[in-house]
Amino acid sequence: MALKLEHVTYIYGADTQLPVRALDDICLEIPDGQFIGLIGHTGSGKSTLVQHLNGLIRPSQGRITWNGRDIWEAGFPKKELRSSVGLVFQYPEHQLFEADVFSDVCFGPNNLGLPREEVQKRARRALELVGIPEALYGQSPFELSGGQKRRAAIAGVLAMEPKILVLDEPTAGLDPKGRDEILGQIAGLKKETGISVVLVSHSMEDVANYVERIVVMSQGHILFDGEPRQVFRHKRELEEVGLAVPQVTDILHRLSAAGFAVDTDATTVPEARDTILKALGGKWDGPAAGRGAMGEKEKC
Amino acid sequence: MLRDITLGQYYQTDSLLHRLDSRVKLTATLLFIISLFLVNNLWGYVMAAAFLAVCIRLSHVPFRYMVKGMRTILFLLLFALVFNLFLTPGTPVVRLWKLTVTKEGIRMAAQIAVRLVLLIIGSSLMTLTTTPNHLTDGLESLMKPLKKLRVPVHEVAMMMSIALRFIPILMEETDKIMKAQIARGADFESGNLIQRAKAMVPLLVPLFIAAFRRANDLALAMEARCYRGGEGRTKMKPLVYQRRDYMAYAVLLLYFAAVIVIGRILPI
Repeated sequence: MALKLEHVTYIYGADTQLPVRALDDICLEIPDGQFIGLIGHTGSGKSTLVQHLNGLIRPSQGRITWNGRDIWEAGFPKKELRSSVGLVFQYPEHQLFEADVFSDVCFGPNNLGLPREEVQKRARRALELVGIPEALYGQSPFELSGGQKRRAAIAGVLAMEPKILVLDEPTAGLDPKGRDEILGQIAGLKKETGISVVLVSHSMEDVANYVERIVVMSQGHILFDGEPRQVFRHKRELEEVGLAVPQVTDILHRLSAAGFAVDTDATTVPEARDTILKALGGKWDGPAAGRGAMGEKEKC
Repeated sequence: MLRDITLGQYYQTDSLLHRLDSRVKLTATLLFIISLFLVNNLWGYVMAAAFLAVCIRLSHVPFRYMVKGMRTILFLLLFALVFNLFLTPGTPVVRLWKLTVTKEGIRMAAQIAVRLVLLIIGSSLMTLTTTPNHLTDGLESLMKPLKKLRVPVHEVAMMMSIALRFIPILMEETDKIMKAQIARGADFESGNLIQRAKAMVPLLVPLFIAAFRRANDLALAMEARCYRGGEGRTKMKPLVYQRRDYMAYAVLLLYFAAVIVIGRILPI
């Protein structure tokens, strides 16, 4: 079960005076069970790319295959693809429409033509996965808090039980607490269900701690594609396209430049702590206190 | 999906028509429409069409862009055509079952069709070459005399510009919501009339909410900037007539005089 993009190009407004090449020769494969971060500055083509993944827009050139079959060939079951590749748009809470949370989550599986019990089972499971308590099932989705609304909307896509879940900027407009909650929950559900997750973001900080592979986009191209530590080695190139490496990586790069023998590949706070301690030759005598301080700093 | 609607849209490019003062273009459109209804012979329509063709050339807007906008009124056009063709009394030409096509009917239908097509293309040429802001500025300026009659000219213009400004925003919003619901397996295209109407609910409810949210945000933003209507309000870019505008007025009057002389006096 893999989704494959081969030399996909997409041009906006091909028949106007200002055609925009939003995607340029993109090759990408999304295998089973991978946690991928898709990163790029505003206008780099992330959202356009994401809409290709479930056949919402048709590439100007190139092809997209799902299990080896071209999704744009005649008679391809689009509905099946859309249930297999769940796409959560930016601000998904703007798509809520039902009178209560539970029915809204049922909308997706209902459209798949599943029997009633199955629909309800899936909706219940999806709401559990995103941590919406049962007390809220009967409430109007418009009465929920911002973070709850967003989670309910994500549940609406999850209830279709996709093999690949694509989330376009799921943390946009949320406060830091809501952001951490959502990201933590996505990581949790990835672990629990084993589906592939593509997390679209413009912030390295958001994804560095969770994903196993990072795809960096810039001006419609894929700039880098690899493990976070590999990608973060290209600190300068990333900064040139308006992206920053995570703060810890930045600190390690600076320490290294200042002559400390630290391993600049570390991407998380504990890894960074270990390599800094090693570089200091164990001269640090308050590891417990140090850990606390580091943790605090990261949150700022 | 919804990008095909070009009626009332602005086409970004640089041309003489784009640079003209919006008051000139508004007056021109009004006069052009009046001329279409005063004319009642072939030569008059030929002249109006020729005038429009020159304007289209000067506007640098591709012609097919305007034709695309015509598709939306195709139904109305057919409707008018068929009714005029069959329901005008006069000398019969062809008899189809109970319906008679008369000589006057053919003439009437042709006239209506030509008028409608020229009217739509003419007015869409104005919106294609004038930004909504300029359009409402022009309207406000032209309607200024009505202020004496206590018509809230500025407020009307402001409402118009907000409405115009919201069209593309809401269109984009519709597109987005539609895609989001399609991603959840919604189907907007198949089924009978009732099923289709039902399928619109997941689109319309979020769209209404979005419209209210945006209106609320806008009202707050205006309030925060101390907006209080047109009283004593100045413009950042006041409209000023240039030489080309006076020349355009001259050309326009010339056209209007000529089209009336030819269109009403010549036989045929």
